[in-house]
Amino acid sequence: MKHIMTINKANLKESAAKGGCGNCQASCQSACKTSCTVANQKCERDDK
Amino acid sequence: MIHKYYLGGLYIVLDVNSGGVHIVDELTYDLLDDAAPPFAEKCPQEIVDKLSAKYPEQEIRECYDEIAALYEEKILFSPDDYEKYAKFTVASPIKAMCLHISHDCNLRCKYCFASTGDFGTGRKLMPLEIGKKAIDFLLENSGNRKNLELDFFGGEPLMNFDVVKEVVAYGREREKEYGKNFRFTITTNGMLLTDDKIDFINKEMSNVVLSIDGRKDVHDNMRPTAGNKGSYDVILPKYKKLVDARDKDKDWYVRGTFTKYNLDFAEDVFDLYEKGFDQISVEPVVCEDKYPYALTEADVPAIAEEYERLAQRLLENDRNGKHFNFFHFMIDLDQGPCAIKRLRGCGCGNEYVAITPDGDIYPCHQFVGIEEYKMGSLVDGSFNTEMKEQFAKTHIYNKPSCRDCWAKFYCSGGCNANNYMYMGDVLKAHTLSCELEKKRVECAIMLQAIKSMERGQAE
Repeated sequence: MKHIMTINKANLKESAAKGGCGNCQASCQSACKTSCTVANQKCERDDK
Repeated sequence: MIHKYYLGGLYIVLDVNSGGVHIVDELTYDLLDDAAPPFAEKCPQEIVDKLSAKYPEQEIRECYDEIAALYEEKILFSPDDYEKYAKFTVASPIKAMCLHISHDCNLRCKYCFASTGDFGTGRKLMPLEIGKKAIDFLLENSGNRKNLELDFFGGEPLMNFDVVKEVVAYGREREKEYGKNFRFTITTNGMLLTDDKIDFINKEMSNVVLSIDGRKDVHDNMRPTAGNKGSYDVILPKYKKLVDARDKDKDWYVRGTFTKYNLDFAEDVFDLYEKGFDQISVEPVVCEDKYPYALTEADVPAIAEEYERLAQRLLENDRNGKHFNFFHFMIDLDQGPCAIKRLRGCGCGNEYVAITPDGDIYPCHQFVGIEEYKMGSLVDGSFNTEMKEQFAKTHIYNKPSCRDCWAKFYCSGGCNANNYMYMGDVLKAHTLSCELEKKRVECAIMLQAIKSMERGQAE
């Protein structure tokens, strides 16, 4: 494409199909005790 | 839904529901004001006419076709298909716990949400018996979750460190019986750190949060001792010692709070880096407007500008080989949490609970002391499962201002406690926090976009 460059996999929908295992960290348990950010967490699914 | 913005010299378009991030030219950026589904086979003449004074007609038509092609690929204007997943995790196991090992503190931080450490319920230390019951509670209520997080919190947890050590030993002993793995973490103000405690923490804790606000004068102004002296000079060498001795595969952060007194908080972030720390989190204070240090709506433009300045400086640093992590700009555009995880924030009251020194159970540390949110007690074995179910429903589709927000899959509905305390309802997003979160997400995506382009990975 000439006008648009996509820089990632845009795989959120795919992640839902295989997701929800709950192995990941609870989001407020790291450095972040007062303001939640979920997107900076890692997926910890065993069979990724 | 899309969100488009200009930052760091880039025209960025986020496709909210696929997570797609597109870097576009100015023509595309302008065209997206009008081009939206359903797409025609050819660019409608009124759209061409609107832009033809600025761009060649052929280019406009070509660009329209590219937009329509990405729509077909479902990475632009993609539909929100996730509401059906919101019912998941309603009956979630509890996998994380904030253990208030000490409701006492040796600092008198002016912005403390815990009423200088005792949460308004009297200064006390958690007895070992309650700590053991907390371990048992987590083991018994964690279902098939293998990794269990337990954060030693306060007040100041080092004021009850013997109990911390014994709770860890008890957890290590019992986790084997259940086939689980405790991830212990600790949040400390550092005042009581000794070589022995550093050794123990570095051995047993998978994450350590070290509280420090940045520059010495900023820190000492907000974080005095009980005797009203500065704490900076006491903690800094201890933190350096801890971090230097820590295994590289274990997490840690220095974590600060910024207030109206240091709206130039990027200086604090860089001061921490220059002092030798490369894992840094500095966050906005959240408190009632009545306090002189409170951040208010009027401060949002200045804070937004400061986040941009911080992002630019981080980028320059990176280019000079001086990389460090700023917690709220860390984002992985490909391997982050799944969409189901993103429907809820912290999981408080559902997957995550806080335990007081008396053994009372609350949805999280921020709710401690609010009687109507007491969920139960480890002493009498009570637990309010109805309240747990209510918290399970605090997902983005039940929060009116989140449902149509472009940042919903990044912040996931924000902090329920802040919503309750400042908006009166866990389902009403705390507006000020939203505005700051959105700015952070914009900066984080911009940084990733630039890095990705510089790595030459962009397609």
